[in-house]
Amino acid sequence: MKQIKVLGSGCRSCELTARLLEDEARALGVDVAVDKVTDMGEIMSYGVLETPGVVVDGHVVHAGGVPRHQAVRDWLLAP
Amino acid sequence: MFHAFAWFADRTTYGVLGLDASTHIANAVHFFVDDVTKIFFLLVTVIFVMGLFRSALSPERVRSFLEGRSRWAAYVMAVTLGAVTPFCSCSSVPLFIGFVEAGIPVGATMAFLIASPMINEVAVTLLLTLLGWKLTLLYVATGLAVGVAGGALVDALGLERWVEEYVWKIRVGAAPGGARRLSPRQRAAFAWGEVSDIVGRIWIYVLLGVGLGAVLHGYVPEDFFARWAGSSNPFAVPLAVVAGVPMYANATGIIPVAEALLGKGVPVGTVLALMMSVVALSLPEMIILRKVLKVRMLGFFAAYLAVAFVTVGYLFNVFWV
Repeated sequence: MKQIKVLGSGCRSCELTARLLEDEARALGVDVAVDKVTDMGEIMSYGVLETPGVVVDGHVVHAGGVPRHQAVRDWLLAP
Repeated sequence: MFHAFAWFADRTTYGVLGLDASTHIANAVHFFVDDVTKIFFLLVTVIFVMGLFRSALSPERVRSFLEGRSRWAAYVMAVTLGAVTPFCSCSSVPLFIGFVEAGIPVGATMAFLIASPMINEVAVTLLLTLLGWKLTLLYVATGLAVGVAGGALVDALGLERWVEEYVWKIRVGAAPGGARRLSPRQRAAFAWGEVSDIVGRIWIYVLLGVGLGAVLHGYVPEDFFARWAGSSNPFAVPLAVVAGVPMYANATGIIPVAEALLGKGVPVGTVLALMMSVVALSLPEMIILRKVLKVRMLGFFAAYLAVAFVTVGYLFNVFWV
């Protein structure tokens, strides 16, 4: 199961990003756990300056703005 | 180049809709059609072109530009970079922490946060087309000056103490990825992403702003604002600044309103003060920044901007005729 973290202070874009990840995962039949991280210390520990950020299995794959559908699919389908 | 839009507005208003050119409604509709078509055409073009440049400019790079500069160089670079890089206000907090943690003075960081919402390519393009190059230069120059002076003041008064303590304890992880290397194709895709992202976010403000501008333009009597907000009323400038606080719009929405107000004889300084107040002084932004700044700092921030905008307003009302 992929561990996904959405980094963000609870802004609208962060909510949209989390929902997009969950919807795409369901559509693709990929097993994921999406976790919303709002603690600033933890967000900054990833070195992300723009939110929302996305962390997949411990690696930062995205920062700033809602990610594109294709990018989300690529993360979910990557082995 | 912009004759095409006026021609299209003529055709729509008098031809397709068959409105009589001497009526209020025809005036308002013409203003609306002319501005909306022109603005959306420009928005798409300019955001795309800037997106191509910006695909190479990440906040990490902005930070490394600012690191280790002398104070004054840092202020000037901070406002300049703030002007060319619009960040979503929801990123204010991580940006603030990331900058401060890198040793950039709090004042330079504040200068960046002041300039970023006020000046951007969208605002500049709209100003140029709707209000002309003189007012554009004025707006940009005073916006930068307000940012630099605000940053310098924050450092001179030692206001770092009004930053929340936990900010100094946060350790920022290594920036992911490093420099972005993109092919021309990826750059174009990024720029189109910017277009749909930004236009998708601001189109409603554009329509509301132009709609309000159209109503002002078509229905408000010529001497109404001249009487109430004209140069004879000494309180017009502070009132404009106060009126701007609850109005939360970005630069895109307020510029058509400014165009209509200027057309009705409101003095330039009063209009500039209103525009800057609407764009830079906003409650949602303050609430977001509360996470890193103490209430006293936010109070100082709001008071400084209000005083600065009132000063700008009076100066231009006196010296710009």
